[in-house]
Amino acid sequence: MEVTTKRFKNCDMVVLNGRVDSSTAPQLAEALEGVTGSGRYKIVMDMSGLEYMSSAGFRALLASQRLCKRYNRGEIVLASVPERIQEALELAGFTELFKTYADPVDAVGSF
Amino acid sequence: MSKITFDATFKNLDEIREFVGEAARQVGFSDKEIYSIQLAADEASSNIIEHAYAGMTGGKLEIELSVSAHELKIMMRDRGKSFDPSSVPEPNVKADLSERKIGGLGMYLMRKLMDEVTYESSPETGNILTMVKRLGDGG
Repeated sequence: MEVTTKRFKNCDMVVLNGRVDSSTAPQLAEALEGVTGSGRYKIVMDMSGLEYMSSAGFRALLASQRLCKRYNRGEIVLASVPERIQEALELAGFTELFKTYADPVDAVGSF
Repeated sequence: MSKITFDATFKNLDEIREFVGEAARQVGFSDKEIYSIQLAADEASSNIIEHAYAGMTGGKLEIELSVSAHELKIMMRDRGKSFDPSSVPEPNVKADLSERKIGGLGMYLMRKLMDEVTYESSPETGNILTMVKRLGDGG
């Protein structure tokens, strides 16, 4: 898995590539903590390059979403979610917890 | 039938998904079903590594795959702590963000993604988790 972050004026983008499982989810959590640790809580997850995500990845997203939404200071939104991953998120009931955008640019524009 | 014994570490999840995915392809499952089977196998393995072998090192995870014309059977054996699957509460997948609990999600996904999930444990056999996916059930 590869994770990179980009800073925009109104939000940060976390770009995920490859596969997130119990082995790699700590890298995702660390990247998200890097953003929230600098006091920024509006985050776009660009998932277009993501091939796979298990519940270990969902867990990392959930923990950060709680932190971001506290005091209404922000939220994590998902962009370009591949079909298979979208289906797994739906099964887990996670699509109710995250706004989803087809295009990362639209997601950035939402903040 | 094929069988591989893996070291019970998260680093082997990639290889476990490939092993299971290859067998699923042989049965003739769709890409969507193969993804589901790989996810279920990952969740099961992750639970074994994280919970059955919690606090232990050197644990082994034996995975045996039986391919037939209509189904794939996955048997996972470990020698870690046993657990009672009925003691795992089903997560509320409709709960609000603040109420949402992540525990039990792996087991929940396994049950949703596969047609059968059974668990048995004895001092002789160790812990055996069996999951079956049949062709043509959709999903």
